[in-house]
Amino acid sequence: MLIYLPIAEISVNAFLLLGLGGLVGVLSGMFGVGGGFLMTPLLFFIGIPPAVAVATEANQIVASSFSGVLAHLKRKTVDLRMGTVLLIGGLIGAALGVMVFNYLKALGQVDLLVKLCYVLFLGVIGGLMFFESLKAIRNTKSGKLPARKKHNWIHGLPFKMRFRVSGLYISVIPPVLVGISVGILAAIMGVGGGFIMVPAMIYLLGMPTKVVVGTSLFQIIFVTAFTTMLHATTNFTVDIVLAVLLLVGGVIGAQIGTRIGVKMKAEQLRILLAIMVLAVSGKLAFDLLVQPAELYSLGAAGEH
Amino acid sequence: MRALLAFVVVLATMVPAARAAEEIVLGLSQAEVSITTNFDGSEILVYGAVKRETPVPDGPELQVIVTVAGPSAPVLVRRKEKRFGIWVNTDAVEVDLAPSYYAVVTSGPLGDVLKQVEDLRHGITIPRAIRSVGAPMSITDSPTFTQALIRIRKKADQYQLIPGGVTVDDQTLFRAAIRLPAALTEGAYDTRIFLTRGGNVVAQYQTTIDVRKVGLERWLYTLSRENAFLYGLMSLAIAIAAGWGASAIFSLFRR
Repeated sequence: MLIYLPIAEISVNAFLLLGLGGLVGVLSGMFGVGGGFLMTPLLFFIGIPPAVAVATEANQIVASSFSGVLAHLKRKTVDLRMGTVLLIGGLIGAALGVMVFNYLKALGQVDLLVKLCYVLFLGVIGGLMFFESLKAIRNTKSGKLPARKKHNWIHGLPFKMRFRVSGLYISVIPPVLVGISVGILAAIMGVGGGFIMVPAMIYLLGMPTKVVVGTSLFQIIFVTAFTTMLHATTNFTVDIVLAVLLLVGGVIGAQIGTRIGVKMKAEQLRILLAIMVLAVSGKLAFDLLVQPAELYSLGAAGEH
Repeated sequence: MRALLAFVVVLATMVPAARAAEEIVLGLSQAEVSITTNFDGSEILVYGAVKRETPVPDGPELQVIVTVAGPSAPVLVRRKEKRFGIWVNTDAVEVDLAPSYYAVVTSGPLGDVLKQVEDLRHGITIPRAIRSVGAPMSITDSPTFTQALIRIRKKADQYQLIPGGVTVDDQTLFRAAIRLPAALTEGAYDTRIFLTRGGNVVAQYQTTIDVRKVGLERWLYTLSRENAFLYGLMSLAIAIAAGWGASAIFSLFRR
């Protein structure tokens, strides 16, 4: 069944979009990532103009993360306090990121920078997470208890706050800094930032994996809602018909994903996310290194 | 006296013949294309007849060319090059005006039905329909950018060249089917019909096909431009409602 998208100005298969939305929704519910880093390239591939894909994707992530957060709230696996602290940092970071983005745009080559950012961050984060979870899985098999570092330099910082759901009593400075840096990257790369936020919460803040997913989704809702409004009012590139098709699949997928995620062990969840992140990074690196079939590309005039 | 009258009659019949030997009478299967939610391309039948007061002239056969052009806009064509081992966009050329859609349908091979000089005058073939004034000084091969534009759009079916797509009967009746793709921009689509003999244009006719979004498509498009803030809020409200709805339905199933 073909549906004409009023803003993108092309016809697409409705079932294809429902399927894509569902698939990315499952991953979103399982791992606490918005799925933007997967969905945006997929939308490019089926011929949606990049500007419309990026903006509409943000709107779809609002829906799937909201659906996911509700599922997590019922299981009490959302640290609202931590989420709010991260969000404050995130919004500051996003505002800074937009400034950095516009500065780079003036210099040219912003496309390349975004792609290199993706390859670098996805590669490093995916690699670190992969080896860490592999070690954790081996340790549990051999019966060793995971050695949790109880005290490091982070615990020496002032402004301590109790995060009961995460079982942490730490300074607010590290979460705010994590929020800011993720916000900057999210604005530059045009994604919710879940795939950076999740590992940062696990490894830098020492939050339990089960709580991380819901908390990450909680802050993604606000960041992507902000992005959606920004795109809708300045670029007019949010395609509501496309968004509805994607989010119907997405919200159902997110519910299923959350249920799968709860049944799995934390290390397994982390290693799967690591493999997925590495795969996307590899694909992007491949595209940069191999000669493309068509060397020329078309763009709207004025966006040099 | 009778001879004079006969002369006047002959003169009178010759006047319209001198004005235009052959004229086009045209019909369109639809003068308007409505883009609705389930729009997936359209086919327009362009048909017509050649009106003439004199017998069919001797010499080369009558040929027909039909062109349909979508709204034009400037396009930026970028080229990738290998730098430091990776492929990056380097040079860019702005093509001043290129139609979003362009179809040329002819009654025979293009070389036979149209002389180059006539193409230059009327701007009929695809490269002639694109206007590219100049490239930056640093780029010496700007024609390759225009070629790339044509190649990419041809692949997407946005530019079409269909020799033999027009059927001509008895040098008088002609018809052609124009295929409009699903990815269609709104606007007035300039439709031109040329009659040629021996490659020279002997008559032409111009009309427009109106392509516009209707119903829900129209409403959403207008809202997104004229009331962007409300449109953004509406998108978010739908997203939140869908997220909540899925969660509520799933928790019902669990009980």
